[in-house]
Amino acid sequence: MVKTNPKAVLTGTHKLNGGQACAEGALAAGCRFLSAYPISPSIGVIKRYTERAKDVDAVFIQMEDEISVLSAVLGASWAGKRAMTVTSGPGLSLMMEHLGLGVMLETPCVIVDFQRRGPSEGIPNAPSSGDIMQARWGSHGDYEIIAFCPNSAQEMFSLTIDAFNMSEKYRTPVLVLSDEFLAKKVEQVIIPKASEIEFIPRKHFTGAKNKYLPFDFDKDLVPPMVNAGEGYKFHITGLTHDKRGYPVMNEQTQEWNVHRLVRKIRNEVDNITKVEENQIADADIAILSYGSLSRTANKVVEKVRKEGKKVGNLRLITVWPFPDKRIRELSKKIKTFIVPEMNYGQVYLEVQRCNYGNAEIKFIEYKNKDLQNPEPIVDVIKDLAK
Amino acid sequence: MKEIKHPMDFYLRMDRIPHIWCPGCGIGLVASAFVAAMEKAKLDEEKVSVVSGIGCTGRFAGYIKLDSFHTTHGRAIPFATGLKLANPELKVVVVSGDGDLVSIGGNHLIHAARRNIDMTVVCVNNFIYAMTGGQVAPTTPLTAYTTTSPYGNFEPPSNIPQIVEAAGAVYVARWTALHIRRLTNSIYEALNKPGFSFVEVISPCAQYYSRINRLGDGLDMMKFYHENSVIKHGESTDNLHIDYQKEIIVGKFVDRERPTYIESYKKWLGK
Amino acid sequence: MKCIKDKEERIDVYGERGRLQLKANPKDVRTGVFYIDGDVAAAEGALAAGCKFLGGYPITPSTEAAEAFAKRAPQVGAIFIQMEDELGSISSVMGASLSGRKAMTITSGPGFSLMMETIGLGAMLELPFVIINIQRGGPSTGVPTSTGQADMMQARWGSQGDYEVITLSPDSPQESFDFTVKAFNLAEKYRCPVMLMSDECVGHMTEKVIIPEASEIPIEPRRWFKGKKSDYAPYKPDKDLVPPMVKAGDGYKLYISALEHNEKGYPVSIKDLIEGKHKSSAKRLVDKIRVNADKIIELKEEGLDDAEVVVISYGITSRVAIRAIELARKAGIKVGNLRLVTVWPFPDKRIVELSKKVKGFVVPEINYGQIVFEVERCTHGNSNVILVPHGGGSVHSPDDILAAIKQVAKEKKRYNGVFEFATVLERQIFGSGAK
Repeated sequence: MVKTNPKAVLTGTHKLNGGQACAEGALAAGCRFLSAYPISPSIGVIKRYTERAKDVDAVFIQMEDEISVLSAVLGASWAGKRAMTVTSGPGLSLMMEHLGLGVMLETPCVIVDFQRRGPSEGIPNAPSSGDIMQARWGSHGDYEIIAFCPNSAQEMFSLTIDAFNMSEKYRTPVLVLSDEFLAKKVEQVIIPKASEIEFIPRKHFTGAKNKYLPFDFDKDLVPPMVNAGEGYKFHITGLTHDKRGYPVMNEQTQEWNVHRLVRKIRNEVDNITKVEENQIADADIAILSYGSLSRTANKVVEKVRKEGKKVGNLRLITVWPFPDKRIRELSKKIKTFIVPEMNYGQVYLEVQRCNYGNAEIKFIEYKNKDLQNPEPIVDVIKDLAK
Repeated sequence: MKEIKHPMDFYLRMDRIPHIWCPGCGIGLVASAFVAAMEKAKLDEEKVSVVSGIGCTGRFAGYIKLDSFHTTHGRAIPFATGLKLANPELKVVVVSGDGDLVSIGGNHLIHAARRNIDMTVVCVNNFIYAMTGGQVAPTTPLTAYTTTSPYGNFEPPSNIPQIVEAAGAVYVARWTALHIRRLTNSIYEALNKPGFSFVEVISPCAQYYSRINRLGDGLDMMKFYHENSVIKHGESTDNLHIDYQKEIIVGKFVDRERPTYIESYKKWLGK
Repeated sequence: MKCIKDKEERIDVYGERGRLQLKANPKDVRTGVFYIDGDVAAAEGALAAGCKFLGGYPITPSTEAAEAFAKRAPQVGAIFIQMEDELGSISSVMGASLSGRKAMTITSGPGFSLMMETIGLGAMLELPFVIINIQRGGPSTGVPTSTGQADMMQARWGSQGDYEVITLSPDSPQESFDFTVKAFNLAEKYRCPVMLMSDECVGHMTEKVIIPEASEIPIEPRRWFKGKKSDYAPYKPDKDLVPPMVKAGDGYKLYISALEHNEKGYPVSIKDLIEGKHKSSAKRLVDKIRVNADKIIELKEEGLDDAEVVVISYGITSRVAIRAIELARKAGIKVGNLRLVTVWPFPDKRIVELSKKVKGFVVPEINYGQIVFEVERCTHGNSNVILVPHGGGSVHSPDDILAAIKQVAKEKKRYNGVFEFATVLERQIFGSGAK
C-alpha cells in the first residue's frame, strides 16, 4: 500500500504542526481508516487527514461519540485496514472499555492522545502529561500496553509510523501520548522516500481455510491474523476464549488467556522499549524526561554542562512498557534523578519503583508557564550542589 | 456408513452445539430463520460478517459459521460500521437483543439509521435483560414484573419500529418467533435491501420474563403470540406500541429508498 | 466514634476535634442477623449509610445488589433507576449527589471502564459518591461469573488527569456491609470518588451478616455550608482542604463546571494560570487526600513485630493468605499478615518502615501484578518482593502462597525486580511462569 501509492508519502521537507505531522505519518504508514470525535486539541489531525483522504482512498468517519469511534476502528482493523483514532483526555477515558476489547481481540490499531490539563474537562488549551498512568492502567483486567511519547513534530510523524508497526507486530492497540503543545507547534518535518519507511505487515495466516484457529500462537505468543471477508469464517469474542476463539468459562482458559496477553508484551520489553540518552554515560545527575518537557531537559543539559556540572538527560521514547532494567542500572551509578512532569507525579512513581532506594529522586511539578523554560530544573540542580 | 448432515450445518458451528439458550427461548428460532434466509438469499457467505453485542442474543455470533464477532455491550453497530466502511464488499449483519441495541446501544442505532449505513439489524426483543438475571429493559411493557421492577414496571416502553423509522431506516419489519416463515422472508428481504434494514423479533423468555410474570413457559408464550398477533403490513409505526399481554401488531411497516452512506460518500467526493 | 456531645463541640464543626457525628436512621437500617451474600450486604450497607439514590445498570456479578436495593428503595424513600447504560448510571449519580442525596452506583469491570470519564467529573466537581465494583475475570468481557482483582490500578488511574481516590476491599459479606457504610462516610468527609472494590467471590458468597442497631452505626453527615448565601463560594476549602457543600434548589444559584475552576466555581483560562492569578483547584484535589492520607489509610496487621516475611494482601485473597500463614508458621517461619483495607491511598510509610526489618514481602493477588508494583515502589530496595499471580476465575490455593513464603524466607540473594512466582496452574498449562 505504502509503496504503490506515492501520494500517501509526501516526501520532502515541510513545515507542519504536530497534528498535521501525525496525519502524514499515519498516511505514510498505510493507515486508510480514521474515525474520530471532535475534541480539542486533536482536531488538526482530522483536518489534515480529511483533506488528504481523497488522494489516497482513505476513509474518515466522525462517529457519534468516542465509544463508537474506537469500536469502529476495531471493526475496520478486522476488515483489513490499518486504523487509527485521535482524541484527548476526556475522549480517552471514554475509550477504555474498547481498549480492553482491542487488547482481548488482539486487534492492531493506533490511538493518539493529545493530552490536555485535567482532570475532567480541565483546561482544553493547556498541555499536560496527565494521562500517562491512565494509558497503562485505564482499562479493567490484566493487560500490557505499548505507548510512545513524541517530543517534536518530526517524531509525531515517525513515531506514528512506529506505532502502527508495533501494533501489527504484537497485535495490540498502541498509544501515542502527545500533548496540546506539540499539536500546535509548527516545526520542520522531513518526510523520507516511501522506500525508506519501515512497513511491518500484518502476520497473515498461511494455512488452509478450514484449519484456521484465531488464537493459536507461534513462539512469540502472537497469533497470525486474517481479515473478515476472506473466507476463514472465524469467530472472536471479548469473553475469555481458547485458541478456537470460542468462549470457555473456566480457570484454566482464563489463566491461559491472561498469561498470553501479558507475557506477549512483557517477554519482549527489551525489544520494545526505546530511550534516548543525552550525556548519561558520565552523569552524576540524570534528568528523566519524556514528551514536550524533554526538549526543555535537553536545554538544561546544554546549559549546565557549560558550567561543568555532570548532568545528563534520559528521555523515554516509549513510556510503556517502562524500561525498568535501564532505570535500575542507572540508579546505581548516579546520585540523583530529576523527574520534571506536567502532572502531580506519575512517571515519578515508576522511577521511584525502579530506583530501589539507590539514588535520590527529585520530582518537579512543572507549571504550564515554564514549559519551555529551563530555569526550574536548573534551580533544582543548583540546590543539589549545595 | 455415510454421515448425514443437516442442510443447516453449513451455516452453524456444529462444534459448539449444544448451545446455551434455555428451553423455551426464541433465539434458536431466530437463528434458524437467519440461516434459512441466508440460503434463500444466495449471498457470497464468505463476505458476510455477523456482529453481536452482549446478552442472550449476543451469543448468536458464536454459533454462526461466518466471520463472527462478539463485541462489547451496545457497540455492535459501530463495530459493524467500521467493518463495512473499511471493506465495502463485506455484507454486515448485526444480531443482538433489545437491551443491547435500544438501551445502551440506542444512540448508535439512531445514528446508523440516520446515515443509512448498509447493514441488516435483527433485534430479538424478549422484553427483559435475560443474560444478567431478568432485569427491566426499555422494552418491558407497563406493569410487568422483573427483578429491578419488583413492584411492576412503571416506565413506558420504547416502540422500536417507530424509533428506527424516525431515525431513517429504509426497511422495518416486526414478527414474533412464531412467524418463522414470514420472519425468514423478512430477513431475506432485509439482507438484499441496500441501506439500514431492521427486523424486530418478539421472542419468548421462558426463564425470566414469562416465569416471573407467571405467563407459563415458552410454548405458552408461542400460543399467546398465535392468538394475539395481528398482521398489518404498512401500519403506521406510531401504532406499534406493545402493551402488557395485549395485541402485538406484526408485519412489514417500512420499505423505502434512500441513498446509502457509501453511495452518498462517493457522490460527494466525486468518485 | 463520638456522638454529639456538648454545645461547645457542636460549634466547632469544621475542625477535627468534636466533629459532628450522627448515627444512622433506624428506618433505613434492617437490623438483625442474616444469611445473605456480599452483593445484598453491600446494598444493605448503602441503605444503612443513608444512601437514597442508586442509578444502576445490570452487569454480572453485581446484579443482586441492584435488585436488593430496588426492592428496599420504596420502603426507605430511596430512588432506584435502571439507566440505559453505565454512562447514564454514573451521570445520574452525579446529579443526585448535587441534589443533596447520598448516591451510588454498582457495577463490574466493563461498566467501570465505561464510567471513567464521569469519575473524573466527580473528582473535579468534588461530589461525594460511591461506586461498588464487584470485580470479575478480565480483560474485556472476560469471565462474567468468576472472580478477579484486576481493576485495582484502574480504580486509581482510570480517568484522565491527576486526582486521588479512596478504595476499600472487603473480604466477606459482613465487611461488604461495614465497608459500604464506611465508604459513604469517607465520600462525605473528603468529597472524592470512593470505591468499594469487592469481587465476585465475596459478592456471591453467602455468610452470616450482623446488621447492628442504627444507634451503633456512625454516619458522617454531609458538610453543609452554614454562612450567608452571598458569601458562598463552592470551592472555598475549609482547613482540611475540603469545601462545604450546598444543594441545587436551595437558592445558592450554584454554578459548577467541569473545567478547571477557581473558588467561585468559574472556569479559569490558561492565561490566568500562567499569570498566577488563580489558585489551582486541580492541585487541591490531589493534596486533600495526600495530606489526610494517614487518617484515611486503614490496615489490619497481625504478627508483624518479629516477622521475617510479610504477606500483603487485600480482599478475598487475604482469607486464603490467613491459611497459608498458618501453615508457614507451623513450618517455623516468622510470617506477618498485613491486610490492606484501604488499598488507595497506598500506605507508603508503613511499607517503607517494614521493608527495613523484613527479608521479603509476598504479594498474592488475583491478577498478573498490580498492587505488587506499589509494594516494590515503597520497598526502596530494602527487601525482596515476590508476586503470586493468578489469572482469575477462582482464588489462590494456600499452597502457592505458602511456597512463595518459603522461597522468600530462604532466599539469600536480592531479586532484580519483582519475582513472579510460577503458580501450580501456570506450570500445568505452560510448564513455567515468567520468562
